[in-house]
Amino acid sequence: MNAKKVLLNPIIGENPITIQMLGICSALAITTKLETAITMCFAVTFVLILSNLAISLIRNVTPSSIRMIVEMTIIAALVIFVDQTLKAFAYGISKQLSVFVGLIITNCIIMGRAEAFAMKNGPWLSILDGIGNGLGYSFILLTVAFIRELFGSGKLLGYEILPLATDGGWYPANGLLVLAPGAFFIIGFIIWATRTLKPELVEEEN
Amino acid sequence: MVEHYVSLLIQSIFVENLALAFFLGMCTFLAVSKRVETATGLGIAVIVVQTITVPVNNLLYTYILKEGALSWAGWPDSDLSFLGLVSYIGVIAAMVQILEMTLDKYFPKLYNALGIFLPLITVNCAILAGSLFMVERDYNFTESTVFGLGSGIGWALAIMALAAVREKMKYSNCPAGLRGLGITFISVGLIALAFMCFSGIQL
Repeated sequence: MNAKKVLLNPIIGENPITIQMLGICSALAITTKLETAITMCFAVTFVLILSNLAISLIRNVTPSSIRMIVEMTIIAALVIFVDQTLKAFAYGISKQLSVFVGLIITNCIIMGRAEAFAMKNGPWLSILDGIGNGLGYSFILLTVAFIRELFGSGKLLGYEILPLATDGGWYPANGLLVLAPGAFFIIGFIIWATRTLKPELVEEEN
Repeated sequence: MVEHYVSLLIQSIFVENLALAFFLGMCTFLAVSKRVETATGLGIAVIVVQTITVPVNNLLYTYILKEGALSWAGWPDSDLSFLGLVSYIGVIAAMVQILEMTLDKYFPKLYNALGIFLPLITVNCAILAGSLFMVERDYNFTESTVFGLGSGIGWALAIMALAAVREKMKYSNCPAGLRGLGITFISVGLIALAFMCFSGIQL
């Protein structure tokens, strides 16, 4: 398994969200604004890289019967670190993300990569896998957040891009995109687009 | 007083549905909703675990972790709330394990019906989120029991509805790229849209 493949594959071809179906909750919930999405991307990538590294280092000394609880504890410790850091240095964003920082613990990308990759590979490849999957996750998250913030509230990172009709501009905001269902539709369409570009990913007819 | 609890129950089932308004437990929600039978099994398991873990975590938070909570033990200025995440997930894992053993011993039929879903619940983010919301909103013990029950029922209802839709979807002719996951996302979006008409309901 070469390093480049491990790093680049998860970005589109084996994307954690659209292909492996992991870590969807946060991709939907915190993408109403680009700012929260960026913070979340950094938090998840950070936890992913370090948990992959730590789990890969101890993979030969952990008995398989207790490996889940060991993985869970490592991940929980890393998430507590992220949570406390955010509370100390970016309190506003931490309030907006509310429970979703804590929920990184149960984000299946992290657990999934620990089980599927870090348990079987060395530390260096595991770090690359963490970076790759973090990038794949961020790619989808940022795309969804970009669409939702731009067309849902006419802003990007809080700056007005499309002047809203309610404030005397010309753009009538599409409220649906800010609401919960909008996120589902956007991800559905992203999946459609990736599968149209890569027909080998299309699911069998049952 | 009773109205307050009924209102909280209705709100946690419909208005603030964990799956459709907060997108929680989505991975399992999408992966295990292919058949109504399995979805029902998982739904029931979630209700049971949620109703137990939220109040237990509430006790843990009130009497051990909260700022000044250890005053009964003689440490009035303790603040262990930073240990929250790791203790909640520990409680959840332990509760699921205990529940599994109890069911195996006394209700083998139900145990076999739930099968693999029970251990999977540990990593279902809807469960952890239930406890986190309980802390964030400062529920007391009774409120957290009601909230646990309500949010569990809400999640179960949502997954059963989606499974019923997906069973029928087999007979539809949708574009190749949308087949499977894509069309599921869009149907969840439509169900969420329908659930939104509950918003603002108060008793």
